[in-house]
Amino acid sequence: MAKTAIRTRTDPSPVSSAAPAGAAPAVRVRDFHRRFGDVTVLDRLNLDIAQGEFVALLGRSGSGKTTLLRTLAGLDSAGDQDVTVPTARAVVFQEPRLLPWKNIWRNVALGLPGDVRSRAEAALTEVGLSHRMDAWPATLSGGEAQRAALARALVREPRLLLLDEPFASLDALTRIKMHGLVLSLWRAHAPAVLLVTHDVDEAISLADRVLVLEKGRIAAEERIDLPRPREVGAGFQAIRRRLLGHLGVDVAHAEASRATGESALIAFPQ
Amino acid sequence: MSLADTVRFPATFTGVRWAGLGRRWVSPILLLVLWEIGARTGLIPSRVLAAPSAVAATFWGMLVSGELPTNLAVSFVRVAIGLLAGVAVGSGLALTAGLSRLGEDAVDPLVQMLRTLPVLALSPLFIVWFGIDETPKLTLIAFAVVFPVYLNLFNGIRAVDPRLIEAARSFGLSGWSLIREVVLPGALPSFLLGLRFALAVAILVLVVAEQINAQAGLGYLINNARDFMRTDIIVVCLIIYALLGLGADSLVRAVERRALAWRPSFLRT
Repeated sequence: MAKTAIRTRTDPSPVSSAAPAGAAPAVRVRDFHRRFGDVTVLDRLNLDIAQGEFVALLGRSGSGKTTLLRTLAGLDSAGDQDVTVPTARAVVFQEPRLLPWKNIWRNVALGLPGDVRSRAEAALTEVGLSHRMDAWPATLSGGEAQRAALARALVREPRLLLLDEPFASLDALTRIKMHGLVLSLWRAHAPAVLLVTHDVDEAISLADRVLVLEKGRIAAEERIDLPRPREVGAGFQAIRRRLLGHLGVDVAHAEASRATGESALIAFPQ
Repeated sequence: MSLADTVRFPATFTGVRWAGLGRRWVSPILLLVLWEIGARTGLIPSRVLAAPSAVAATFWGMLVSGELPTNLAVSFVRVAIGLLAGVAVGSGLALTAGLSRLGEDAVDPLVQMLRTLPVLALSPLFIVWFGIDETPKLTLIAFAVVFPVYLNLFNGIRAVDPRLIEAARSFGLSGWSLIREVVLPGALPSFLLGLRFALAVAILVLVVAEQINAQAGLGYLINNARDFMRTDIIVVCLIIYALLGLGADSLVRAVERRALAWRPSFLRT
């Protein structure tokens, strides 16, 4: 594998940024650009993610979400551009991407040195899969496989967890459970999280901060101060409307007809 | 752990399929009976085709006298050596071509060109080069085996899901560990398929190769029997060839069931 030109850092030194006072951000990207042929995918992009911050990245297809995530993951080289990420980082992809010829715990332990069964078991216990440790990936349901993929990321104790639409191919009920799981894991381990998604509601209900990627740049940013767990209420809806507006979807009209009924049914979350 | 058991030992082909098997034996047995009747009534002269009972008796005689086991062993060793050499060369070439673009450019055109040669047409050339003892027989088998192994393994290596490779890379695998943990296991099903083709080809070429001035082996037995119009011996040898092919195939299947236990087709949960 070619070494990525990405700068990695193990002991953060203070840098002036959007991060909380005194702590360096987990991720720092300055004036990042990336083009494929004539198409500019990312254009002078700036991004800071604080230590332990949960950031969701929204954008239409082709907006460069995945390109940005791949760069932060080190799967695409950043060249000599100004990109700083932690050394300990892990990706959960949209598909589980478990190696079908390794049982679950060996998948979780993939690439880790030494006797790692107990570490894999601990991670699998956290995602509620310790009873399937010796199973083949082909026997797992979609939700179980994605939980195994989460365990595989967790076991590396990442300071940056990159989630590339990890819930997109799950059914609605499983997705809700996965949201809860990801939040509890995030609370327990406090990695910085970058969640790439196209689901506005998912972004609002999980993240501290939602970014909208548009034409290769961060076009909008919403800080979500609603207490978790977040229910769809007026505050939620206002944020959703703004974010959809940034994404070029005019929902004011459609929402207006439903809003009265919904706010009557769902408790106002404040 | 009870869960591991249910996953690893599926109830594959029990029960249901045995019930239908009895019926499937009716027509072959009927054919044998007709053949025997034809031979006994003189409808089928023994120099055209020996009766099944005569074949069975000859088989037993050859078995007891040790004539069959010794010659079979000679043939078996020929296939084994030729196969081993061919698989080694084919795998080596496939790995070279599969794992690097440079290797592909160097190896693939060459193999693709040689592949078009009908192997058996090479036997005169091999006799000129290697004489008439064991060497041309073994090289013919090995040569024929190279191609199915190469084609399938090369294809298998290139067909490994790039998303799995990417995921493994993101978890810190690279170089040899990536090949060992991801590429080779991913290509294993294709390799085993190639091996099955290779076994079939090896036995096919064995038949012809053994006609080259053999002093022992199944081909030698057949050649001798032909000279004396002993159709019973010829039939015995044909059956042995068939069994050899069948045995080889089920051997690879057994290996597949073990090595590819993770595949959905072997999993019944």
